[in-house]
Amino acid sequence: MAATGFLLRGYAQNLLDALMGMGYRCVGPQVRNGAITYDILSHASDLPWGWHDDQKPGSYRLERDGSPWGFAWANGPQGLKPLLFAPVDTLQTARRTEDGALHFEGATPHAIATAVLGVRACDLAALRLQDQHFLEGLVPDPHYAARRADLFLIAVHCTRPAVTCFCASTGDGPRAEHGFDLALGETVGGFLVTTGSAAGEDLADRLPLQAVLPKEQDALEASIAAAVAGQQRRLPSRDLRAALFAKLHHPRWEEVAARCLSCGNCTAVCPSCFCYAESEQPALDGLSSMHTRRWDSCFTQGHSAIHGTVIRSGTRERYRQWLTHKLGGWHDQYGRSGCVGCGRCITWCPVGIDITEEATSICGESHV
Amino acid sequence: MSEPHILREAIIRERIQESPTIFTLRLAFTDPEQRARYSFQPGQFNMVALYGVGQSPISIVSDPKDEHLLDHTIRGLGRVSLGLSRLTPGERVGLRGPYGRGWPLVAAQGRNIVLVTGGLGCAPAVSVIRYILRRRDRFGHLTILQGVKHSDDLIWRQQYERWSKLPDVHVGLAADVSAPGWFGQVGPVTVLFDRAPITPGSLVMMCGPEMMMRAVVTELLRRGIDENDIWLSMERNMHCAVGLCGHCQIGPHFVCRDGPVFSYPELKALLGERGF
Repeated sequence: MAATGFLLRGYAQNLLDALMGMGYRCVGPQVRNGAITYDILSHASDLPWGWHDDQKPGSYRLERDGSPWGFAWANGPQGLKPLLFAPVDTLQTARRTEDGALHFEGATPHAIATAVLGVRACDLAALRLQDQHFLEGLVPDPHYAARRADLFLIAVHCTRPAVTCFCASTGDGPRAEHGFDLALGETVGGFLVTTGSAAGEDLADRLPLQAVLPKEQDALEASIAAAVAGQQRRLPSRDLRAALFAKLHHPRWEEVAARCLSCGNCTAVCPSCFCYAESEQPALDGLSSMHTRRWDSCFTQGHSAIHGTVIRSGTRERYRQWLTHKLGGWHDQYGRSGCVGCGRCITWCPVGIDITEEATSICGESHV
Repeated sequence: MSEPHILREAIIRERIQESPTIFTLRLAFTDPEQRARYSFQPGQFNMVALYGVGQSPISIVSDPKDEHLLDHTIRGLGRVSLGLSRLTPGERVGLRGPYGRGWPLVAAQGRNIVLVTGGLGCAPAVSVIRYILRRRDRFGHLTILQGVKHSDDLIWRQQYERWSKLPDVHVGLAADVSAPGWFGQVGPVTVLFDRAPITPGSLVMMCGPEMMMRAVVTELLRRGIDENDIWLSMERNMHCAVGLCGHCQIGPHFVCRDGPVFSYPELKALLGERGF
């Protein structure tokens, strides 16, 4: 994919100004509490210039290396998910009047046109999966739909994957191939710019772009190729559906359950996990009640509770549910695996359980 | 269903105590437009909301032609259902639906029908029994087999007696444990099979505890029923009822959206597998 222009690193603020000029609120990666976090971004100087991440199973550390690079890191604990599928949303409110009548009203989803800078290829793939789930099912989710409608996405190709990354094996990275408005490829001097939509072309027209030198294109290609070659983890196949469901009684499930804390960190950081729990919050005066939803996890007891029994009472059943769904059931539901290879579940697992290792142990190696 | 999450107000027209813990709420939407717009198929369910507490998926027991009255038979067990059990006629609840795929009524046309139910599993089946009895010429012989753990758990006893007197209807009742005076058989619901007209070509609909359904399926297959003619209504934790919240999944199926009624081949791989 040939770039259409080159943006010198010194012009990063022009990019934000152009987006704000187009009416977008900008969100971008910043260092917050020791992690790369997406937050409101007005000043390019707040980008994580000179920072890189050191991720391992159960460990995430940021280090400052003084380099001029702004995107020499793999990912933080969250990608796009919280921006669209909010951790907490009010779905509707109920009012009870003195005569006992109930009045229900849907909570109007409020969304601000948002541009996200620094989206990773794995997170674009996860976004596509969440779009399928929340927008293309029986009924579109109004809250997700409202936030999704005016989203402008600026991808940045990954050139420095973490050791937990395995997007090359899932086919989702490290290069952002589609689903973006604009993509940036970072090199020593700045960014190669590729457009992916009409809105992206509009933005590119507003930027002080220079011609791309062949050596810059070559440098980017070389660093993306190195990012593929440097990945140390892989899933045994892109379709483990049959292999997993054939191994429901494999002893490894017991073994992983002995290590798993059933804490739900993996599902919270997973960019494709979509479960949520609805609950009621009545006002103290008894006159109204809010119906809200909150991210849920198949690792909780409540997830499978049904009048007095819990279908997945043990950690073995919960881990097996998560893995057979993520790598198996998703194929039936959404036409592909639910894993995009971001590696977050490995990094943020407090005991460092590695999805690629568990899947390989249970399914065995294959070369499909 | 333009607003899938939004509840509508419904009024309790009648409350019927079916057993010490089971009751039926006869509900009607208070908005006449909503009443007119609403229609359902036997086997589908509604979300019933107790103000300030929460929502529960409850199958619809009435017939689709029942003049806009929606019967919901509920066992008071959880926070929502116990609270619902204390409501009286004239009080209001929230209601949304109908949801899910109901019984295979098109495939059932012209066939002999066998209904096998266990415990409160009889509730999702009652709607289809009423449906068939009101459209008798469209269906063949009807067999109703109901099993309960204890004979005191049986609800709708008079209804079963009434049905048993109808032409082309066979009713069998069984209890694992029976009190004196029990007029049915003793044992699991499968003890009823020898006296029931279960013949290849019949279409079977069932609901109840999964272990019971598994035992019934084995017995049906042994008797030559085609596996594609066996349909089961499933129950899982549900919050949204529209295939979004993720709780009700059995393998790749969202019970709320793809079910609650499934054909046996759809579920075969995971039916009875602990943890799914």
